[in-house]
Amino acid sequence: MKKERTMKLTLPEEELMSPGHLACQGCGATMAMRYVLKALGPKTIVCIPACCWAVIDGPFPHSCLSVPIFHCAFEAAASTAAGVKAGLEITGDTETTVMAWAGDGGTFDIGIQALSGAAERNDDILYVCYDNEAYMNTGIQRSSATPYGAWTTTTPVKHFKNRPKKDIDAIMAAHRIPYLATASVAYPEDMFKKAKKAKETKGTRFLHIYAPCPSGWKSRPEDTVKLARLAVQTGIFPLYEIEDGERTTISIKVKERKPINDYLRLQGRFRHLKEQDIADMQAEVDRKNERLLKSC
Amino acid sequence: MRKVIMGNHALSYGAMLARSQVIAAYPITPQTQVVELLSEMCADGTLDAKFIKVESEHSAMAASLGASLAGARTFTATSAQGLALMHELLHWASGGRLPVVMGDINRAMAPGWSIWTDQNDSLSQRDTGWIQFYCASNQEVVDTVIQAFKVSEQLLIPSMVVLDAFALSHTYEVVEIPDQAKVDAYLPPFRPKYKLTTADPHAFFGLTAPEHYMELRYKLQKDMELVPGLVEETGREFEKAFGRRLGLIDAYRCDDADFLFVTSGTPGYTARVAVDDLRAEGVKAGNLRIILFRPFPFDAVRKALKKARKVAVLDRNLSYGHHGIFYQEVKSALYGHEGMPPVFGFVAGLGGRDITPGDFKEIYRSASATERPAEDIGWIGVKR
Repeated sequence: MKKERTMKLTLPEEELMSPGHLACQGCGATMAMRYVLKALGPKTIVCIPACCWAVIDGPFPHSCLSVPIFHCAFEAAASTAAGVKAGLEITGDTETTVMAWAGDGGTFDIGIQALSGAAERNDDILYVCYDNEAYMNTGIQRSSATPYGAWTTTTPVKHFKNRPKKDIDAIMAAHRIPYLATASVAYPEDMFKKAKKAKETKGTRFLHIYAPCPSGWKSRPEDTVKLARLAVQTGIFPLYEIEDGERTTISIKVKERKPINDYLRLQGRFRHLKEQDIADMQAEVDRKNERLLKSC
Repeated sequence: MRKVIMGNHALSYGAMLARSQVIAAYPITPQTQVVELLSEMCADGTLDAKFIKVESEHSAMAASLGASLAGARTFTATSAQGLALMHELLHWASGGRLPVVMGDINRAMAPGWSIWTDQNDSLSQRDTGWIQFYCASNQEVVDTVIQAFKVSEQLLIPSMVVLDAFALSHTYEVVEIPDQAKVDAYLPPFRPKYKLTTADPHAFFGLTAPEHYMELRYKLQKDMELVPGLVEETGREFEKAFGRRLGLIDAYRCDDADFLFVTSGTPGYTARVAVDDLRAEGVKAGNLRIILFRPFPFDAVRKALKKARKVAVLDRNLSYGHHGIFYQEVKSALYGHEGMPPVFGFVAGLGGRDITPGDFKEIYRSASATERPAEDIGWIGVKR
């Protein structure tokens, strides 16, 4: 008898997200939600501010998630989630995980005050930022998460973004929250583990998930996972955890970092960059990675 | 139990007696004592509630909405700039049908910085879909907070309980603190039909196409229209339980009056002094204090005003480029109805300038001089 080849599943089969959603082809943010919910399970309530996911979920009366959602104001994901948690606890539900799920605009920019407030109070919420590096839902405008060099509709090629991406992870670590991790849609098992760990930790937890956006990055939908992986392999988006704001652990060790151009050249948003621009960006990525390794 | 307390503490006692479960608030003068006392009550266990000490009023309202949708009775309080910062979320509260109750201490809007009273902060929120009660005594503040929860939770519309900065917020009065057991009987626990629960998952407030949006707003308006009736009904129930009637309006010597003042907030009590003085001079004066401003109690106001020969509305607020806001509202309530008296509009006391019985007498003299108003804004006490 011929031996059947089977693939071992590394993530739970249960789906809390159904396929009838409104995301673009190759959307990284959609993969991120699917994996994170697999880790958190059905006892989860999600607060979603204005962001791609406010649309992806589907219009009233539809929803592609089988957990409750509070679609909340743009700058209010963290404070809304803090209120939900308090409301649940005082009415006797101490089990449910309350997750704020926001894009980079809602986290790095307009939502940072509420996020900082919740983190300082150590409110018992999981805050997830799925980072596609611009205001994608409104049509690709720059945010403070947009990297140096990128084209967006508000940073045209003649005046591309000339400031580096805001270091939100350092900002969150400075709040000395119990748990912070970066994650990537190219490493689902790693993301799953981190989401599980976040679920089991008390206090404010922050997950920063790299989520490529083919529509905004001018990349091919089939390259989403490849780009997310290259972002890790080039050191552009290293994967690590920080506990209590001080203990840093690298989760995916990259022995030899690939040149960032391997990553840049697959995206239309960087096509205008000259060799010198890329060399400058490479130097900055090298410095960032050295700093990170030193902090471990 | 009788206690001498300030207006701000009257809000705290109201929130405590209503057994608020979540409080999210940020300090602002002249509201601070409201949240100070509530923090103490939460800390010493007098009140079994979660107090979220947020970093802004925007977060105060956001957290309140989160807690309310999770099924908790929720209270907050603010003033002026803080209320303005909440503006976006006030729409979220009413559109989301979340029966949060909020105290607002009427304080003038900057610039220039002012901590003193006028009504432009709360009246700027007129169209956000909140019920608005304007109080004139500390007793009324305690009682109205309890009643507001009852009305809000039945109709799923948030309520604002408004009191004047300093004139009420920092003024000490004797207050009968309602008995907790009686309050519990009057105000049952909050048990919303829909809430955030993993036992029955729903997505709330998602993208709503033109196909559905208008019906949601139609329903909000239809329920708003039920508020005056419910305020009267719950006001009568309140009287049965506590011996004090709560209503839409407070009519003082109005029945046989030829000349009626229309007021709101503490000037409503100042007007009583002027009414008594004018009566002593042989003028049949009266004062109609409007308590419920949103929704506007059209029938009650019409009924109270129709027999008067003249009506003078006092506004401690102004819609720039239009007129005093209560003046607009009263005129709009009377327009198109037969036999209604002429309405005179007066603006006084902006930025906390005192409003005295003398001001009301000046209003009376000014409105007596002409058959119909010569202008829409009679300025009281302005230095020109």
